Amino acid sequence: MDRKIRVFLCKPGLDGHDRGVLIVGQALRDAGMEVIYSGLKQTSENLVEAAIQEDVDVLGISLLSGAHMALIPRITELLVERGAEDMLVIAGGVIPPDDAEVLVREHGVARIFGPGTNTSDIVDFLAERLK
Amino acid sequence: MRDAPKDLYERVLKGDRRAAARLITMVENGDRDAREVLRMLHSRTGRAHIVGLTGSPGSGKSTLACRLAQGYRAAGKTVGVICVDPTSPFTGGALLGDRVRMQELAGDPEVFIRSMGSRGALGGLSVATNDVINILDAFGKDLVIVETVGAGQVEIEIVKYAHTCCVVTMPGAGDEIQAIKAGILEIGDVFVVNKADREGAQRTLADLEMMLETRPGGPGDWKPPVVATVALEGEGVDELERAIERHSAHLLESGMMAEKTEQRMKAELLGILDLMVSREAGRALEEGEGKELVRRMAERQIDPHSAAEEVVKYLLKRAGN
Repeated sequence: MDRKIRVFLCKPGLDGHDRGVLIVGQALRDAGMEVIYSGLKQTSENLVEAAIQEDVDVLGISLLSGAHMALIPRITELLVERGAEDMLVIAGGVIPPDDAEVLVREHGVARIFGPGTNTSDIVDFLAERLK
Repeated sequence: MRDAPKDLYERVLKGDRRAAARLITMVENGDRDAREVLRMLHSRTGRAHIVGLTGSPGSGKSTLACRLAQGYRAAGKTVGVICVDPTSPFTGGALLGDRVRMQELAGDPEVFIRSMGSRGALGGLSVATNDVINILDAFGKDLVIVETVGAGQVEIEIVKYAHTCCVVTMPGAGDEIQAIKAGILEIGDVFVVNKADREGAQRTLADLEMMLETRPGGPGDWKPPVVATVALEGEGVDELERAIERHSAHLLESGMMAEKTEQRMKAELLGILDLMVSREAGRALEEGEGKELVRRMAERQIDPHSAAEEVVKYLLKRAGN
């Protein structure tokens, strides 16, 4: 039987914008992946616990609140703490390039997809990394 | 990263959530090692009460599941929740959104929630759902709530696997003709009219009660109650909990539980046999004699029913050797 890519898309912190994450969710679904959506305003602890229970291959973080430098490192730290560092972490939203570089270099994020990203780039990236 | 079956088994029994989650994924993917772990876990199952929640899309099953789980947690019980959502038959993808309605449960380590795509199975569950029920049972959950795909009239697989099957409906979901169609009315042990603060709730309640009155006496003479809830506000949920408990007690007192358990085992076995036999038959048709049989069918030398009998005979003979 075939192995299916499972993705947990989440909205940490105080951020009410979910249009983008839902569009990404649809694109991944249409690419044949199983997408689980967290809903808005989740704590980092709860998100990591949910990602572990769902045993996803990918944790996708959407942030448009400006709190990315606080929340994303916290989430990746928790993943390491709970022995789930093999989960592929990607992020998207309004994250300036300088911050994005730090998140990728120092905080275990595989790739940041900023505004204007074509959804097929995300699909291709995941398909390639999870081959 | 591969986990050895024995190791996974021990970690699941120890309550390791990561191990249980990984095992569920393996089961969903049809992994051979998972079967080995399930084999070992079988003797540890049979303690959990399994509650099915089925009903039309949008009737509030996820919110109800959340409220129910909260209620049982308040009573000190541990809870597993399985949410099945439809997989697209075209792309194989799925958007599993039930967690969105269960946010109040997040952060409670004694609640284990798993979202599943139906992955091509009809009937409102996925092929692996029953295995996942067993995993959560062995994992030590007192209660396992299974929320089916938004179901209407034929998605009634859940009745084979749940001890107590709750059918959820809402006001304005359809007239009484919808309610007397075969299937959905026959499988409920408890009926729920959710969103009961909406217009027409009294009518829906009355309709259901009337339909149930004329339903042929169920096994063990259980009269299914109709409960009105407003899940979002938590109204009526305690009454639903009590109804489920009464049904559970009824199963035990009337001796129906043993029968129900046997029914579950039988359904489980048939499900596995289905897969096993069709896989073997599929293989047989790729080989010499099988291939020949298909060719003869194409040339109208043998009809499909006789050909199927030939295949069964062949499989039995081969199994005997």
